[in-house]
Amino acid sequence: MNHGTALLWKRRALSSLSTTRRGLPKEKMSENGMMSRAKVLTIDTMNPTVKKVEYAVRGPIVQRAVELERELSEGMKKPFTEVIKANIGDAHAMGQQPITFFRQVLALCSYPELLSDSAFPEDAKSRACRILNSCGGNSMGSYSASQGIESVRQDVARYIERRDGGVPCDPDNIYLTTGASDGIVTMLKLLVCGEGAMRTGVMISIPQYPLYSAALAELGAVQINYYLNEGKCWSLDIDELQRALNEARLYCNPRALCIINPGNPTGQVQSRECIEDVIRFAAKERLFLMADEVYQDNVYAEGCQFHSFKKVLFEMGPEYSETVELASFHSSSKCYMGECGFRGGYMEIINMDDDVKAQLTKLLSVRLCPPVPGQALMDLVVNPPQPGEPSYERFIKERTATLSVLAEKAKLTEQVLNTVEGIRCNPVQGAMYSFPRLTIPEKALQEAKELGQQPDMFYCMKMLEETGICLVPGSGFGQKEGTYHFRMTILPPTDKLKILLNNVKEFHQRFTQQYS
Amino acid sequence: MSVLQEISANVRNMKSMEYPVLARRTNQIQEELRKGVRKPYRDVIDVSWGDPHRAGVKPLSFVRQVLAACLYPKLMEGDRLMVDVRQRAQRLLKECAGGSIGSYSNTAGIPEIVQRVSEFITRRDGGVPCRRENIFISSGSQWALANILKVLVNSEASPRTGVLTPVPCHSTTILSLMALGAAAVPYHLTEERGWALEVEELQRALDSAKGVCSPVALYVINPGNPAGYVQNRKSMQEVIRFAAEKRLFLLADEVYQDCVYGKTEFVSYKRALAEMGPPLSETVELASFHTASKGLMGECGLRAGYVELVNLDPAVMKHINSLFSTNSCAPVLGQIALDVMTNPPQPGDPSYPLYMKETQHIRTSLAENVRRVEEVVNSLPGFSCQPVEGGAFAFPTVFLPPKAIERAKEVGMKPDTFYCLRLLEEAGLLFSPGTEYGQKEGTYHIRFCIMIPLDVMEELLRRLSGFHKRFMKEFS
Repeated sequence: MNHGTALLWKRRALSSLSTTRRGLPKEKMSENGMMSRAKVLTIDTMNPTVKKVEYAVRGPIVQRAVELERELSEGMKKPFTEVIKANIGDAHAMGQQPITFFRQVLALCSYPELLSDSAFPEDAKSRACRILNSCGGNSMGSYSASQGIESVRQDVARYIERRDGGVPCDPDNIYLTTGASDGIVTMLKLLVCGEGAMRTGVMISIPQYPLYSAALAELGAVQINYYLNEGKCWSLDIDELQRALNEARLYCNPRALCIINPGNPTGQVQSRECIEDVIRFAAKERLFLMADEVYQDNVYAEGCQFHSFKKVLFEMGPEYSETVELASFHSSSKCYMGECGFRGGYMEIINMDDDVKAQLTKLLSVRLCPPVPGQALMDLVVNPPQPGEPSYERFIKERTATLSVLAEKAKLTEQVLNTVEGIRCNPVQGAMYSFPRLTIPEKALQEAKELGQQPDMFYCMKMLEETGICLVPGSGFGQKEGTYHFRMTILPPTDKLKILLNNVKEFHQRFTQQYS
Repeated sequence: MSVLQEISANVRNMKSMEYPVLARRTNQIQEELRKGVRKPYRDVIDVSWGDPHRAGVKPLSFVRQVLAACLYPKLMEGDRLMVDVRQRAQRLLKECAGGSIGSYSNTAGIPEIVQRVSEFITRRDGGVPCRRENIFISSGSQWALANILKVLVNSEASPRTGVLTPVPCHSTTILSLMALGAAAVPYHLTEERGWALEVEELQRALDSAKGVCSPVALYVINPGNPAGYVQNRKSMQEVIRFAAEKRLFLLADEVYQDCVYGKTEFVSYKRALAEMGPPLSETVELASFHTASKGLMGECGLRAGYVELVNLDPAVMKHINSLFSTNSCAPVLGQIALDVMTNPPQPGDPSYPLYMKETQHIRTSLAENVRRVEEVVNSLPGFSCQPVEGGAFAFPTVFLPPKAIERAKEVGMKPDTFYCLRLLEEAGLLFSPGTEYGQKEGTYHIRFCIMIPLDVMEELLRRLSGFHKRFMKEFS
């Protein structure tokens, strides 16, 4: 590129930049005095439903956190030396180590020349060969079938059977996805239809993981809120489900019920009885059940156990197992793997009509296929080293360590937060977050109102500016009117977490004092 | 009765593809071959997708070494990997949160990678500036396209939103439009003139939309898919002027920009637009798409693409950001592949000689494939193939005899699907029928991928010639 050309482009770029800084007027005069046209794509002409899409986990508070990081790196002085992103369930970002075996196999799959390298154990090599043999041209760079690599789906089916004590699983009901989110959004796209009072309504817990609200907003579906009971450790009451449903029937056509277990942001692990109740409810009210189970290995509390919806459904006998339509979702982003960046996941679909399955297949084909490394990773998750294999000891050690540290941090978080007056934290039974309730003083509520901010956003923004800790305000997840919360991950390394929790405590005390 | 009997009308209305029928039969044939059933061929050559690795093209060593090192950093101990591989991997790992490719990245992609992609774009376009805020890395270019379409298409609108699409056009985009409840407004490329895009035809298409739908965008594929044309600057300028006059958002699918074989050079729409100067260069709204799936890397399975948005309203950009944020981020391994694609080894780098050797090999094979395809296919009576100037496919016309068309009707198949099924059964070649992409009424085409190893191409052409002569004779 010659220097003269570069200068020319720079001049043109600058001239258009200054237009931008003037706020991009809709029309402007060009040299010959003609008015140039307004844009084709504006706030008014764009798809109205997209305007309603918000995703708090990556929303405005995170944008401010990124700005602060930039300012820190440029040498600006702050009351803190680093920004801690406790907003997102990203274990590796907080220092959690990957499972060695998984990374070895994936490295071998990426660069098969390494198969002759003695640095890798035999079981890793044989897994890699098996995966590569199921890829087109023996390469992870080849498209897979839309539904996912067949041998991976078979392995997933076998894993589900083992997990669920022998309840059969048909590989044809397994769909590999780009993270669990892809599966969830695809199912919603499939089932949202109808006009006016017959518009599809989808029941979702409050509080909820805001992917659901975002997807429902984008699809123009009706979001039907059912409130989890904070006083009873975020348990789910069937009466509340019934109330929400009955009201919703007046203005929409409720067709699906979404449940997150273990919960996000709330962390509750539903009891078996509760799961049975939900299944009976879905059967009675003819609702499609969507069970988001991505945190299924993240269960910490004494007396709590993960029960898969599929297993419970089948154990309830043919009256339910042959009729209730269920989609359950899993992911490689959470549990002990924490491999968010791979975008691996799957869904299992039970009792779906063949005709509808054909439609689902069509819809999935639009994004071609899920990332093959994510599929390979999922294969390893469902097919980990077995006793006797060279990598087994190390695998078990790493997995146990990761999960037990998470359990400790869950307990620590609950304990410390509950020593703060004005903060009340339910036990973190599972998942990766605490979602404590905050008492916000009246003066602070006033100031928030004046600023046009949600009170907990106001609180969290202040916390960010003063401590560098980035959390997500409860308003981003939904909460009972007049209550305020924040969601904080339990993921930072234990010593850092202790400091973090202490800083949160001190901030809350200062804040309460300041606005008393 | 199923709860799900009622589903989204948009999804129901998505057209069914011909592909599943052929794919099913392929699986059966492969199973039969595995069991030792005797056939006139040893294996099925699957050239139905633009998937170089599937057909046997090898991945480039450098990118795979970098990926392996990022996946398992222990590999960087000692010197089993070249120093530039190690340096690249170390830099990338520093750019990942927690030093791991397992963490989420920023919504639009790892910022340093996005920055380097923007610098690549500027270099590619002879200095035209590129702002990194305008780039979103996604899980394949089609994913980004679907997001942009979501913003453009109002699924509740009456009349429906329309998007002008070429005939022929690869099916994924059409399906994407239908899933959103938009209408595809077809404009025909002129086969006899090397699949030229003619403005009069764009106008005719636009006129045909009156009262039917409300067109908001014009989708162009350059280089083409399935047809292998490369647009010249003059044609691109006409398209840009048309989009400006008729107030259409320009969607430029440029995923095959590194696959150019003929005399016409690839020029990006961004560059062509910039060269036309203001007011057009500052007003025409453009989205251009690229990917790591094609070109010399062919890393389809990693799912890495990006969109660059030009001249968009900043308020709309905010919402586009929110939309992408709900996808979390693109797969990190894919982002790394994109980084290597836009910043390959340079002369003087230890990995450069091997990189040059591998890419040269692919380039020469492709050039030879194109030459052989045109030579062989055009020598067969009943075939006519426009010059393959670019892209991943040959898309010849098949002049099917009336008897063959009759037979196809009898078995309830589209005539070109019938041809493809017979081709699969008798010659073990999996092509795709022109029906899949749209074609002028009464014409038939077949599409097959040319980004395959030389020896596989020779075998393909041998089998195709044999089959075609027999088929034409049978139905003469």
